[in-house]
Amino acid sequence: MHHLEIKDLYVSYDKETVLKGVTLSSDKGEVVSLIGPSGSGKSTLLRALIGLTPPSQGQVLVGGEAIDYSSRKSLRTLREEMAIVFQQYNLFQNMTVLRNVSIAPVKIQKRARREAEQDARVLLEKVGMADKQNAYPDELSGGQQQRVAIARALATRPEILLLDEVTSALDPERVNEVLDTIRALTSEGITMIIVSHEMAFVREVSTRVAMMDDGGIVEIGPPSQIFDAPKESRTRDFVSKILKH
Amino acid sequence: MFARLIEEAPMFFNYHNFVFIMEAMGRTLAMTVVGCSVGFFFGLLIAVLRQSSLPLLLPLRVLAIAFVETFRRIPFLVILFIVLFVIEPLLPGTSLFGIATVSICLLSTAFLSEIIRSGLESVPRQQIESARTLNFSSLQMLFTVVLPQSWRVIVPPATAFIVMFIKDTSLASQLGVIELTFAGKMLVNRGASPILGYGVILMCYFALSYPLSRLSAYLERRLASS
Repeated sequence: MHHLEIKDLYVSYDKETVLKGVTLSSDKGEVVSLIGPSGSGKSTLLRALIGLTPPSQGQVLVGGEAIDYSSRKSLRTLREEMAIVFQQYNLFQNMTVLRNVSIAPVKIQKRARREAEQDARVLLEKVGMADKQNAYPDELSGGQQQRVAIARALATRPEILLLDEVTSALDPERVNEVLDTIRALTSEGITMIIVSHEMAFVREVSTRVAMMDDGGIVEIGPPSQIFDAPKESRTRDFVSKILKH
Repeated sequence: MFARLIEEAPMFFNYHNFVFIMEAMGRTLAMTVVGCSVGFFFGLLIAVLRQSSLPLLLPLRVLAIAFVETFRRIPFLVILFIVLFVIEPLLPGTSLFGIATVSICLLSTAFLSEIIRSGLESVPRQQIESARTLNFSSLQMLFTVVLPQSWRVIVPPATAFIVMFIKDTSLASQLGVIELTFAGKMLVNRGASPILGYGVILMCYFALSYPLSRLSAYLERRLASS
């Protein structure tokens, strides 16, 4: 049984179909990266998975259980197991770093505050942000905010982590600190779906890479296949353009 | 003229007038405080209602929008008379002060709900999306993420409104409520010099609204820095 299974998923908004039948599965602890041109539906797929843009057709199974995106209860269960990190970090601006990381465990999962804050400190330590636990988001650089956002996503102990272009909004010299943080997570058995334009990183950490175009998956395979010997001409085209410069 | 004022002053500032003016000031203050507190509570309710997208609440939303759009467009004096003529036959014996207060609540609910709504809408959609993916309920989202970030946008226009409102309560004098303006009129009718009578009333209004403006300025500074 796959940990995450996506079957023939469609998403449309404003009468436009942006995801046209995506089928993809991931085993536990796998790192699957989505690459492809802008507007190909990569971010939409992640948003659909976590129920921010509910799919119009198709099925998503987590641990063999089908998700009903119209049911609050089902969404709740889903979001206990799945977390997302956004391109723009989206930390809560009115809370300190520590509170950002500990609020969901305390308020939503009803864990004891002391214990949740202790765990939050451990996570902040892991992403290298322990010394900033009392700072507010607007006092931090983009890379620092993004590392806190990763800690916040991990605080609810998800088994699946979605990373939506988490380095795209960062200054170039801040990209590596975030990539290092993610790299360290890949050995922890969390299933990850990564949307990224950092090809070297994708190649290094992914177990499989999926090439997306026009709302569908064109080709999927191990990084060596996608980057060195792509079977589809669309993939070859995209990869050669990206790797050239 | 000054000689006359100085001559009259000791007579004017007697215990009886002092109590009379303080009572009137108390009524103006009470109408404002009750009006704005109730207005804030229902205004928040309406603002939240208008943001929700539950189909079940659609009729309520339509009602809320109709209420806000109507009451923002009627002059306060007209609201006073409408409330008077609706309440009189239904609940005879309701005090004029009560009727004025109800009118004020209606008006302030309509205005404050718009101010609060623009505050809620100023919070970026992404903040709400993050909260949603972390399983926040709508109420948890409202109280821990959205409202705390809205105050910055709500406080300045809300205080400006309340200050304006303190002045608008003077229209209740048309109904016969002895608030500050009406008290001034009565003092003058009893023979006090208009400059003295209304001068004191002017200072009373100032004493009510100035601290509020200072408080607002302080809150704005604090909210901006955090």
